[in-house]
Amino acid sequence: MANHLFDGTGELIRLIVRRDRIRIAAWLLGFALMTLATAAAFTDLYQNAAERQALAETMKNPAMTAMVGPGFGLANYTNGAMMAHQMLLMTAVVVGLMSVLLVTRNTRAEEEDGRTEMIRSLPVGRLSGLQSTLWVMLAVNVLLTLIIGFGLYALGIEGMDLEGSLLYGAALGSTGLVFAAITAVFAQLSQSSRGTLGWSVAVLLLAYLIRGIGDVGNEVLSWFSPLGWAVRSEVYVNNYWWPVLLTIGVALAISGLALYLNSIRDLGSGFFPARTGRIHASSAMLSPFGLAFRLQRTGIIAWAIGMFVLGASYGSVLGDLEAFFADVDLMQELLVVQEGFTLVEQFLPILMSVLAIIAAIPSLLAFLKLKSEEKNGRIEHLLGRAVSRTRLMGSYLVLAFLISIVMTSMAGLGMGIVGNSLMDETLPLSTFYYAAIVYLPAIWAMIGLSALLMGWFKSLTGFVWLYLAFSFVVVYMGSLFQFPEWVVKISPFGHIPGWPIESMDFGTAAMLTGIAVLLAIAGVIGYNKRDIGL
Amino acid sequence: MSVLKTSGLTKKFGDFAALDGVDIEVAEGEVYGFIGPNGAGKSTAIRVLLGILKASSGKAEIFGMDAWKESVNIHKRVAYVPGDVNLWPNLTGGEVIDLFMKLNGNGDKGRRDELTRRFDLDPTKKCRTYSKGNRQKVALVAAFSSNADLYILDEPTSGLDPLMERIFQECVMEAKAQGKSILLSSHILSEVEKLCDKVAIIRQGKIIETGSLQDLRHLTGTVMLVETQRPMPLLHEVKGVRGIEEQGDALSFQVDAEELDRVIRYVSEFGIVRMESAPPTLEELFMRHYEESSEVDRKGEEAVHRG
Repeated sequence: MANHLFDGTGELIRLIVRRDRIRIAAWLLGFALMTLATAAAFTDLYQNAAERQALAETMKNPAMTAMVGPGFGLANYTNGAMMAHQMLLMTAVVVGLMSVLLVTRNTRAEEEDGRTEMIRSLPVGRLSGLQSTLWVMLAVNVLLTLIIGFGLYALGIEGMDLEGSLLYGAALGSTGLVFAAITAVFAQLSQSSRGTLGWSVAVLLLAYLIRGIGDVGNEVLSWFSPLGWAVRSEVYVNNYWWPVLLTIGVALAISGLALYLNSIRDLGSGFFPARTGRIHASSAMLSPFGLAFRLQRTGIIAWAIGMFVLGASYGSVLGDLEAFFADVDLMQELLVVQEGFTLVEQFLPILMSVLAIIAAIPSLLAFLKLKSEEKNGRIEHLLGRAVSRTRLMGSYLVLAFLISIVMTSMAGLGMGIVGNSLMDETLPLSTFYYAAIVYLPAIWAMIGLSALLMGWFKSLTGFVWLYLAFSFVVVYMGSLFQFPEWVVKISPFGHIPGWPIESMDFGTAAMLTGIAVLLAIAGVIGYNKRDIGL
Repeated sequence: MSVLKTSGLTKKFGDFAALDGVDIEVAEGEVYGFIGPNGAGKSTAIRVLLGILKASSGKAEIFGMDAWKESVNIHKRVAYVPGDVNLWPNLTGGEVIDLFMKLNGNGDKGRRDELTRRFDLDPTKKCRTYSKGNRQKVALVAAFSSNADLYILDEPTSGLDPLMERIFQECVMEAKAQGKSILLSSHILSEVEKLCDKVAIIRQGKIIETGSLQDLRHLTGTVMLVETQRPMPLLHEVKGVRGIEEQGDALSFQVDAEELDRVIRYVSEFGIVRMESAPPTLEELFMRHYEESSEVDRKGEEAVHRG
């Protein structure tokens, strides 16, 4: 009996390419632009061996190793070694993400939406769907390898030869393949596209984490992560090809497993038991506030972790601050040196202002969820019941207020804990914490403004993001561009004193808080008066 | 005593009047049908009654309280099912039902479990996996589990299969038996016919007919099917006879209520072989109104063009 498991694969490949041609092209273009632009910018920023070596020194700490991977060739930090060290791992993670998204979309998502069933009713083999997806992923990753490889070589940067450049591309491409195969397996195991996506991304993050722990501590651990293999090709330093071959071999084996699992299961089923949700709601979510939190719980937790990591990554440079400063002219312009304070203390306000502006994002997102709820027609479920508009908007305001405190705290503590562990002269943790939370009144003013817009000018709530972007530019870049004082003062962040170098100004803080409260009250009044609609 | 009352209710979106002087009144213990084509203003009226939209002018009262100002107090005794049920994709049906009951403040958990079973709903599934019908069931279970005095149901059966529609009708009957009032908006006329004591027909933001089904039928008259030994050549000239159609050997036509006696006398002269009579269906009634008003529109437009 003839085996028709793979009939129609060619047609299905064409279908996938037709569906995803723009998507695939955009990913490839994005990777090419990001990689080439960074390579060009690096050579521009660090023009000679001495400057690169100074950068290499700041990289010699566990925090950086955990983040970007072990530095190979730190002793002789060529352009190539610098590029591979700083960029390869991060790019590989994003390539992995691309594979996860593309494979999920073309396998389990198709099946879940019932399109696979229609395809299967045609004279098409049982494994053709999965197989065609894997072929497309192979083509995408080979293209990525070639584009990045030849692209980097074509820049003609010293220290970036053809072999190294191709290996750089191949390390990315093989990582893409292995995560495509892993996702293909989860598409068989899980019963939903969200499950497939969730499991695959979890494995990707786990691979990054395991490698981080392994690179800092016990290197054996790093060998359990495909991302650990990618960086161990020692691109532009020793140019080992065997980690790439290992990755491709593993990708093939996992793909085989995915095909086998696909061949022994029914359409629409999976191997993980479908998780049943809760029959009844926990009492914590049975209020407008509880619901607002429950709906955004995952995002809030992710942001909190993200703020801590961001603070920590800023903190990780504090130990090398002096070395760093001596070499970077740009940074010296940013900072006016003051007597009586350590360099770190002088550096704190500018770091914290950036972190505070970033911390405003989850706070505003949490509040503006109220708008998307209205747009999606879910607010009337609440207002159609015994919930007043004041209580509804108040719940979102309180949530945003609490989030602002959590996020700034996480950023300050992250920076303080990691910074102190790397600095010779430590500062009290409270110094970091206070330097972060002095910015809270400015965030509250932003929340108040978005409440005002929600109440009176619903369609203009996007303005608050522009205002935040403006704040970033004037506050962070303010001293560089020499903006006049009044321009800086347009932003609420421009009113916050640069504690600890400048003394705390409680009057201004009280005024900003007062403005925030007034704006919020005005917003609630407007919200009580207007139509709720789509 | 009236539970829900609007007078001269008007809602404008810019220049467009979605509601134009709407008067409806739902008495206690009454099932009130609110019928009209899509876009006639049914949902707008209901959303004004719920205090989600603010009336441009006119009055809307529930339990004698202003629908806009006292909405929270009113809603403690109201259960609402929207026409298009949008739920949170990452919550389960069971969680949403509990949330709705809690926000209404007076749910009956035994009733909830019973209704979940009767509507054959799996409450452990996330809402993103629900079909339109299942989302509707979530809203219906929550509404009928809460101990409300007034049920406001906006096209509640548009996604349900006939079996579930029947269970919905049972729920309405049970609520009515307990003396609850129900405002049921619909364009499924057989449903309204089965359930409602009174109806209001809305078209382009205006109520064009209102009253009990009996009243409305009285206005329209009776549908007759008559077969006679000899043909009735002049039937169309008899006063009160409309819409004559041949059906095999018989003729069917409508008779105005006040002319019924005269028409029967006339018909009997031709030797009746078979005679059936039935009240007009709501559909016929509705279509008559609809066609008449479109004719008026057409004439109006022609007049404009001529002018």
